[in-house]
Amino acid sequence: MARSVTTNRKHANTVLAWGVGLLIFFPILWTILTSFKTEAQAIASPPVFLNFDWTLENYAIVQERSDYMRFLWNSVIIAGGSTLLGVIIAVPAAWSMAFVPSKRTKDILLWMLSTKMLPAVGVLYPIYLIFIRLGLLDSRVGLVIVIMLINLPIIVWMLYTYFREIPGEILEAARMDGATLREEILYVLTPMAIPGIASTILLNIILAWNEAFWTLNLTAARAAPLTAFIASYSSPEGLFYAKLSAASTMAIAPILILGWFSQKQLVRGLTFGAVK
Amino acid sequence: MNLTTVLRAATALSLAASGAAFADTITIATVNNGDMIRMQGLTDDFTEKTGHEVEWVTLEENVLRQRVTTDITTRGGQFDIMTIGMYETPIWAANDWLVPLDDLPEDYDAADILPAMRDGLSHDGTLYAAPFYGESSMIMYRTDLMEEAGLEMPEAPSWDFIGEAARAMTDRDNEIYGICLRGKAGWGENMAFLTAMSNSFGARWFDENWQPQFDSAAWSETLNFYLDLMNDAGPPGASSNGFNENLSLFQQGKCGMWIDATVAASFVTDPDDSTVADKVGFALAPSKEGVDRRGNWLWAWALAIPAGTDNEAAAKEFIQWATSKEYIELVAENEGWANVPPGARTSLYENENYKDIPSRR
Repeated sequence: MARSVTTNRKHANTVLAWGVGLLIFFPILWTILTSFKTEAQAIASPPVFLNFDWTLENYAIVQERSDYMRFLWNSVIIAGGSTLLGVIIAVPAAWSMAFVPSKRTKDILLWMLSTKMLPAVGVLYPIYLIFIRLGLLDSRVGLVIVIMLINLPIIVWMLYTYFREIPGEILEAARMDGATLREEILYVLTPMAIPGIASTILLNIILAWNEAFWTLNLTAARAAPLTAFIASYSSPEGLFYAKLSAASTMAIAPILILGWFSQKQLVRGLTFGAVK
Repeated sequence: MNLTTVLRAATALSLAASGAAFADTITIATVNNGDMIRMQGLTDDFTEKTGHEVEWVTLEENVLRQRVTTDITTRGGQFDIMTIGMYETPIWAANDWLVPLDDLPEDYDAADILPAMRDGLSHDGTLYAAPFYGESSMIMYRTDLMEEAGLEMPEAPSWDFIGEAARAMTDRDNEIYGICLRGKAGWGENMAFLTAMSNSFGARWFDENWQPQFDSAAWSETLNFYLDLMNDAGPPGASSNGFNENLSLFQQGKCGMWIDATVAASFVTDPDDSTVADKVGFALAPSKEGVDRRGNWLWAWALAIPAGTDNEAAAKEFIQWATSKEYIELVAENEGWANVPPGARTSLYENENYKDIPSRR
């Protein structure tokens, strides 16, 4: 009796999880479907779901009109570069906060988070002016730095949470065996925190990939990533929904595939602290 | 910093001394509109003629506005040409942010630019942006539904007539709504329409002393008329409809009337996309009886050069190419006369080929 209730609940949970999952995935699914429609079918009312004439026309037009590979390459460099740089800076920072906390550690953590509370547009002009001075406008280097700074608080917070789960005694033991600080972080702490670091990296690549304020405002022709590629197909006066969907699908495909393959790492990392 | 200046000066001197045409790469910020996309497709012609390469930065209208405004106010120098409108041009020109276009060659024929366009894109009588294409707004209506309602659309209708006709044409059971108007909030969305509409009710934003006039009777009348009309005869969810949504509704035969950009005429009469292509009539934008101003707007997408760009000469060459009579001929040759950029030059409306386009009534 008790068993059957559990099974029922399990089934109910499965159905519920699938329902929520589909609900969240629906906008992406709809975008992908729309990218295979003609412009007329894309705006048809009532909307057509699957029974339309599938066409690759939009992808052909988008390919012809823009240099997708250039935008993709810029996205890869900006997302990858900023995440890598961020992790290199955040690992020592999170280490010191987790294992040698001072009176002010909590305040520093909160202060770092507070920088995320200001709307980005509030610092657009100062950053723009600094970029003009340094000649960094429309350069990938400039964007790597800005995106890294934007995401740094999140990287530090995530790593801090993971590091806190690692018993300090292990590090102490390593120190007793004569490990230097560098060796302690590189060979003892990092391997133990791999799931945490991996999920931090993945999450930050996704955040950097999708960042659409700075990447649009600080680039022109040379360093523009996929967000600018999407923006070039959006228009308030004219029918470009199918082409826009095709461009969006092309822009999210790489990150979607990456997320798919690293799902296990991502989920494991995100629940790392919670299960203990 | 000093070295760069010296180097630049030296380069400029040597360029001037040699007097040869140098190939530059110019960066142009523009919007994603049909006419602009066609221009991008024809860039090769420009490169062939002048040797200059062109890098396009195409952005959605609102993003573009923010992007170029940031750049021009900080003298960021990211673009050699910016696509701007009648709103920005006089303000930016007054701040000396734009290069004046007063030295265009004779054969460019600047006098041919439509007077309203030229005035709107000038500051103190000097042209600061060259119109690439221009548009106004007007009424598009279903001739069959108007006939069924037993009414006849005058050439220059009043708002009272529009209200009466819209209510008479509405048939909610068959999903036919008398009038579709912009409702989506935004600068280039509903406010474009509502500002023009208020003008035709005799309302204004400010008086001569810059005092806001929103508490005037004319504004209250404008907004109440708009709300009542949309509640009685508008489609459901009208507050989220912009140009694209209304175009789609009209093409599917769900709107009796639609007041919007003149550029829509070619879309609603295109039999490939529109189910009502052969039943569309046009009329002037309405006005309130007794007010001599109509509720239509004037807009131009124009090309301007930000002051201080390194490629001013090449940018000017591009503007001359893109807004010339020859460019219009080039588009006509490649894409047909129906696809040439409208509303910028007087000569286009005297062109027999253009007058002969079948879809024009």
